[in-house]
Amino acid sequence: MLQSLNLDTALPELILSVGAMALLMLGVFTRRERGELILWLAVLLLVLAGLFVATSFGTTMLFGDSFIVDPFARTLKLLTLTGAAVALIMSLDYWRERGGVKFEFAVLVLLATTGMMMMISANDLIALYVGLELQSLALYVIATFRRDSPRSAEAGLKYFVLGALSSGMLLYGASLVYGFTGSTEFAIIAAAVQPSGANLGLVVGLVFLMAGFAFKISAVPFHMWTPDVYEGAPTPVTAFFAAAPKLAAMALTVRVLITAFPAVTLQWQQIVVFLAISSMALGSFAAIGQTNIKRLMAYSSIGHMGYALVGLAAGSAEGVAGVIIYLAIYLVMTLGTFACILAMRRDGHMIEDIDALAGLSRTQPMMAFLLAMLLFSLAGIPPLAGFFAKFYVFLAAIHAGLYALAVIGVLLSVVGAYYYLRIVKLMYFDVPAERFEPMQAPLAAVLGVSGAFILLYFVYPAPLVAFAGVAAKSLF
Amino acid sequence: MSYSWPILSTVTFLPLLGALLIALLRGEDESSFRNARFIALWTTIITFALSLILWRDFDPLTAQFQFVELRPWLGAITFHMGVDGISLPFVLLTTFLMPLCILASWVAISTRVKEYMIAFLVLQTLMIGVFTSLDLVMFYLFFEGGLIPMFLIIGVWGGQRRVYASFKFFLYTLAGSLLMLLAIMAIYWEAGTTDIPVLLTHGFPPGMQTWLWFAFLASFAVKLPMWPVHTWLPDAHVEAPTAGSVILAGILLKMGGYGFLRFSIPMFPLASAEFAPLIFALSVIAIIYTSLVALAQEDVKKLIAYSSVAHMGFVTIGVFTLTMQGLQGGIFQMLSHGIVSAALFLCVGVIYDRMHTREISAFGGLADRMPIYAFCFMVFTLANVGLPGTSGFIGEFLSLTGAFRINTWVAFLATTGVILSAAYALYLYRRIIFGKLEKASLKFITDLTWREVAVMTPLVVLTILFGFYPGPILDASAASVDALIKNYHTSLAAAEQARLALMP
Repeated sequence: MLQSLNLDTALPELILSVGAMALLMLGVFTRRERGELILWLAVLLLVLAGLFVATSFGTTMLFGDSFIVDPFARTLKLLTLTGAAVALIMSLDYWRERGGVKFEFAVLVLLATTGMMMMISANDLIALYVGLELQSLALYVIATFRRDSPRSAEAGLKYFVLGALSSGMLLYGASLVYGFTGSTEFAIIAAAVQPSGANLGLVVGLVFLMAGFAFKISAVPFHMWTPDVYEGAPTPVTAFFAAAPKLAAMALTVRVLITAFPAVTLQWQQIVVFLAISSMALGSFAAIGQTNIKRLMAYSSIGHMGYALVGLAAGSAEGVAGVIIYLAIYLVMTLGTFACILAMRRDGHMIEDIDALAGLSRTQPMMAFLLAMLLFSLAGIPPLAGFFAKFYVFLAAIHAGLYALAVIGVLLSVVGAYYYLRIVKLMYFDVPAERFEPMQAPLAAVLGVSGAFILLYFVYPAPLVAFAGVAAKSLF
Repeated sequence: MSYSWPILSTVTFLPLLGALLIALLRGEDESSFRNARFIALWTTIITFALSLILWRDFDPLTAQFQFVELRPWLGAITFHMGVDGISLPFVLLTTFLMPLCILASWVAISTRVKEYMIAFLVLQTLMIGVFTSLDLVMFYLFFEGGLIPMFLIIGVWGGQRRVYASFKFFLYTLAGSLLMLLAIMAIYWEAGTTDIPVLLTHGFPPGMQTWLWFAFLASFAVKLPMWPVHTWLPDAHVEAPTAGSVILAGILLKMGGYGFLRFSIPMFPLASAEFAPLIFALSVIAIIYTSLVALAQEDVKKLIAYSSVAHMGFVTIGVFTLTMQGLQGGIFQMLSHGIVSAALFLCVGVIYDRMHTREISAFGGLADRMPIYAFCFMVFTLANVGLPGTSGFIGEFLSLTGAFRINTWVAFLATTGVILSAAYALYLYRRIIFGKLEKASLKFITDLTWREVAVMTPLVVLTILFGFYPGPILDASAASVDALIKNYHTSLAAAEQARLALMP
């Protein structure tokens, strides 16, 4: 056993977890405020882990096949690490203005990211649960990070209580699956499940599992925590929530359904279709009435997870490729949009009211232009990148014969377009409000890069699509 | 004709270069505005000149796509461009109207000039791209991408109710085209490609054709627009700035008609044959209903907008007769309407710039003080009515001839639209131009400036020229239309054969 313990495979996770502990020590045992240094070291660790992820190849397993590294895992790990690193950098100025950077934040983000990496690589229900809980516990704390703010505390508490409930459901589902198949390992579960003999107990277990997953990706009807947590948590934390954990949870959902339950595709497909339609519908309609931009982004993210699920509902390699493309482009759009939200400041205060964006095209034309492009992209208007994201998931759905889902999905995206347009209208058609403080350099850089990506993606779209195709194939 | 450089891409993407140059201009003063205007004008003029080279070297005797460019882009989806006799006239129409739009906005737009010019140049690239794409996904990219600049043009530089109008325009069009997008995906899986020349010869199963045809109809009917999904058009036209209305009426509406010609008929011939009566019915309703609505309008722009819907009814009737006369009439009517309605909106713009109102009742007796204007307006009004000797006549006459061969009732009912159009157009002309100049506010109104004359002259010349000599357009499109009809009849015959073979 011991000689097969090739730890190279898990090197990125080791770097992150050992690094997180080292940074914790550094933070605790140095007197002076070292928050900023630790934050940058954390970013460095994330980049380092990303380099090791990017330079590995092939498919390898570890720890009695409960930990797998394949192209799918690598792609999503890279995306997650990017999201975490960028969110950390974007948070810098926010903490600086609120009495200095606390080193615990960076450490907790690192631990949460380690959990996400475990989730993405999980090839076994137990490994899955451990990764998920590591992630969740760190996230609960981060959500309450501004403990002097009642809203932040409320957000964290809500997230914790509902999260614990969903973990319970997930565990119950996992135990049922174990009971009816005799194993927690995905490959053995897949072999044990026969299409003809999909017995009721197993399906009930599957449903509970999926309820847990739906909570983590905030799909309707398990979305209730999202708007409150997004609104209550400190804005950089919200940016992190919107970027990294969503990707990891979606990756987990995809891997479990595709590799452990291929035989009962018809059964879980109905559930995914339901989750997708209800998420798209709620995300589109509920966002219309929002006046707080963070709440609006919460509903927007619910909707976007619905679109990503459309790809999963197809249950095919091209569907999974669609999900990966969707997540990659969604990540860029979210980070860019949150860079703008973090830049909405007057006199050192964050502004969260959407109306404050009025007339931005006059006062800060560049920011307004890029934000408008990001919003058009979120609405899925060609030739921006968001269009290609929707294109590939719906392409897969059409191939799988899910015509009703596709038609409902595109019609709901028209509804969704309305609330994105509303923000564009505020920025471009309305009389200018007071101007914001000038954008800080890190935020401007993030916005510039993501805006350029969104605008120019159509020039050379092939690499991402090819990359996603390879990653998706490794699951089948 | 082969070139050492990709001429179609140049024509398509040159305006983007101009937009980039304007974006690099610094400053918010009058001199940077001037530079922006001149850069936009020169870009559009050079683009027009290049498109004339296309026209010169175009071989009208073949139905093949010409000036073809093919590059890898996204796997099975390629970067494929080319024009034939159906699309080339629309490319020229676009490049022809754009310099006039820039000139028409010269003084009318005084705020955010740079952004305005950038939006127009980007829009031009997207519009030309619609007509030059030979790949369905690329086509869709251009077709839908145009929504963003047009949304901003209406919303930022529009009139009182611009927000409502821009949202309605955007959401209506988006809803229609997304259904087409799903159809494009279905086509991709059915045929394994989105390459238009390949798809034109691909035989889609009859059952599938119906669905695909309706999905494409959803998009093109909104864009064209056809009754009953035309309601966005009067709002958008009324609120858009003058040049925006010109582009809407002149080119954006034509994309719907072009879509029928390029996709619906050649790719889904069986469905087209089956549902042609539906199109006829909708078109006849559109012609009669919107003509009557136009009669009751008090707003000049709204009246012309409704008349556009009516005129597009002739286009759809002509196209779906699938006769040589009808198809050529439909194409000609689109081009003629592109010139005439654009000119009419420019005429409205002229008096709007002076009086800042579009109420018909605010005018009267303009002939006294504005003789040149009265002349130009008369030419376009008569062309709009379809008087022989103007381009409007040729298009309507050919469409109705085609319709007469297919169904005399359709022809009869559609012809009443011609009479109604005479009623509302002449009524409008009388109220604005004739009568006594009584209103105090009009006492000092001035005639066209040299710049406005420069805008009107080419339009007047083309309206009359095509009225007497429609040859250039009809000859250029003849080979392609002929091939279209032949393919259509071949597919119908093949389907009939297959049906007979299946019968016991």
